[in-house]
Amino acid sequence: MGRGTKQKTERSATFSRWRQPNERLLLAGLRSCAWLVALAVVLIFLFLLYFSLPALRPESLKTLLNWHWRPYGGEFGILPMVVGSLLLAVSALALAYPLGIALCLFIHGLGPRILRRPLRLILHLMTGVPTVVYGFIAAFLLVPMLRQAFHGSGFSWLAASLTLSLLILPTIVLMLNSQFEPLRARLETSFVALGYSPEQALLQGILPLARQGLLAAAVLGFGRAIGDTLISLMLAGNAPLVPEAPLDSLRTLTAHIALVLATDAQSSTYQSLFVCGTILFGVSLLVNLSLRRLTRSILAPESPT
Amino acid sequence: MSRAQAGMIRFVCWLAAMTLVIVLGVAIVFLCRRGLPIIDSRLLFGDTSWWLAVSGQRPVWDGLWPALAGTLALVLLASVLALPVGIGAGIYLAEFARGKTKQLLSLPVELLAGIPSIVMGLFGFALILLLRRSIFHSANTSLLLAAAIIALLILPYLITTTQTALQGIDPGLRLTGPALGLSQSHTLWHILLPAASRGILGGVALALGRAAEDTAVIMLTGVVASAGLPSGLTEKFEALPFTIYYFTAQHTCSRELDLAFAASLMLLLLTWSLQGSALLLQRTLERS
Repeated sequence: MGRGTKQKTERSATFSRWRQPNERLLLAGLRSCAWLVALAVVLIFLFLLYFSLPALRPESLKTLLNWHWRPYGGEFGILPMVVGSLLLAVSALALAYPLGIALCLFIHGLGPRILRRPLRLILHLMTGVPTVVYGFIAAFLLVPMLRQAFHGSGFSWLAASLTLSLLILPTIVLMLNSQFEPLRARLETSFVALGYSPEQALLQGILPLARQGLLAAAVLGFGRAIGDTLISLMLAGNAPLVPEAPLDSLRTLTAHIALVLATDAQSSTYQSLFVCGTILFGVSLLVNLSLRRLTRSILAPESPT
Repeated sequence: MSRAQAGMIRFVCWLAAMTLVIVLGVAIVFLCRRGLPIIDSRLLFGDTSWWLAVSGQRPVWDGLWPALAGTLALVLLASVLALPVGIGAGIYLAEFARGKTKQLLSLPVELLAGIPSIVMGLFGFALILLLRRSIFHSANTSLLLAAAIIALLILPYLITTTQTALQGIDPGLRLTGPALGLSQSHTLWHILLPAASRGILGGVALALGRAAEDTAVIMLTGVVASAGLPSGLTEKFEALPFTIYYFTAQHTCSRELDLAFAASLMLLLLTWSLQGSALLLQRTLERS
C-alpha cells in the first residue's frame, strides 16, 4: 500500500503539467490515439448491428432461426452453425484443457528441472505458428490418417477439434502459468516447511488457490477456439448440418462467414452473415468481461493463507 | 495422497509432455520433408528471370514471389498505419491516463484484442458496402482496406507492450529528467522512451508476425489467388497465407501443392523469426 502511493507521487512529479503549446499539441495527439481505439471498437459494433438489423425483423427472424441453410430456397437458417461452433469449441477445449493442466504441473515441479525451460520455449513458439499452417499440415497429415482409419473423407469434426486443441493449448498453459507463478513464489517455502511433496504442494496447495486462474484459462481457451476461422474452414468439411458423430462434417459460424462471402458475392445472404458476426462479437465480449473479472480478483492483493 | 497416486499424477504429466513433443515433432518433420526439397532457385520466380520479376516487367506464374511481395506490402502498410497510433495510445495509457479515464480506455483495447479476426474482416467488408451505398459507388475491397483492418487487429499488441514497457521503468530513472531540469516532453523523449525501447520493439515484432499470418481478415478484404504483384493501394493483391489456404482447397497440379508446402515453411519461418527476436529483446530487457 505504502509503496503504491509513493510511486503515484513520483509519477505526478514527473509529469505534473504540460504547459508549452507544442507539448500540449503532443499530449492531445497521444490522447486522440487512445480514443481512436475506443472509437474503432464502438464503430465495429455499430456496423455489425446496423447491417444485421434488417435480418432481425420478426418475419426474417423466422427464416434465420431455422435448421436449414438453403440460400437458393430462401432458407437462411444459422442454427446449425451456432451449434457447430459451440460443439467444436467445447470439444477442442475438452481435449486441450486436461493436457494444459498436466503440462503446467510438469513445468511447475513434476517434470525434471532441465526440461522445464525447453517446454516453455516450445509453448511460446507454438503461439507463433500461423493457424493456416496448422490447418495445412493437418489437412495433409491428420486427415489422410483419419481417412485410412475410419474411411469417409476425413474432413470432420474430429480432425478440426484435434487440430484446434493444439492451437489453444499454449494459450491455456501460458494463462495457467501466469497464475501459478506468483502463487508458487509466495507459498513454496511454506509448503516445504509443512513437509509437502511436490505433488501435494501443487495439487492440494496451489490448484485450489488458483481456482479463478483455472476458470480464466478455460474461458480464454474457449474464446480463442470459437473465434478461429481457418482450422474449421480447412478441416471440418463445412456441411451446414448438425453432426451426429465425431466423423461427421460440421460448419462453424466463422467458416460460414468466410465461405459465403468468398464464394457468392452478390446475394441477400449478407444480412444473416452480419447476424453471425454480431453473435461472435457478443461471445468475445462476454469472454473478455468475464476474464476481466476473473483475473482482476486474482491480482488484487490478498493476505497469504 | 498415497505414493501410488503421486506416481500416477507424475506419469500423466510426463505423458502429456511427451505427446505434445511427439505430435509437434511429427508435424515439423512432415512439413520439412515435403517443403525443403521445393526450396530452390525456381521457388520464388518460376521460369521468369528474377530481375524481370522483381521489377514487375514480367508476371510470375509458377512461383511464390507475388504472394511474398503481397504479404510484405501488406505488413509494411499495416505497420505504417498502426505503429504511430498503437505506440501513442500505449504512451498515453501508461503515462497520462489516470483513474476512471484509464479504466474506460483500457477496456476497448482488451475488447479489440479479443474480437475474432473474421469479424474484423466482416467489419472491413461492411465499410465497403457502406461506401458503395453512399459516396463511392466504385469502392471495392483492396490492399489499403486489408492493411487498415490488419492495422486494427495488431493495435492491441502494440498498445499493451508499449504500456507494459513504460510502466516497468524504474521509478528512480523517472526522476532523472526533472532532476536534470528537462521539460516533460524531453523527459519522455530522451529518457523514458529509450529505456522502454526494447520492450516496444519486441511488441512491434510480435505485431508484424500477427499481421503476416492472419488469413481471415484478408479473405474478406481483397486478397485473391492471382493478382500478380501488388500494383496499387486500391488494387487486389496476393498473400502467402491465402496462397496456402487456396492451394489446400483447390490445387490443380502437384506443383501447386509443392508451392503450398514451401509457402507454409516460409510463413512459419517468418513468424518464428519475428517471434524469436521479440523473445530475445524482452529477455535482455529483463536481465538489464
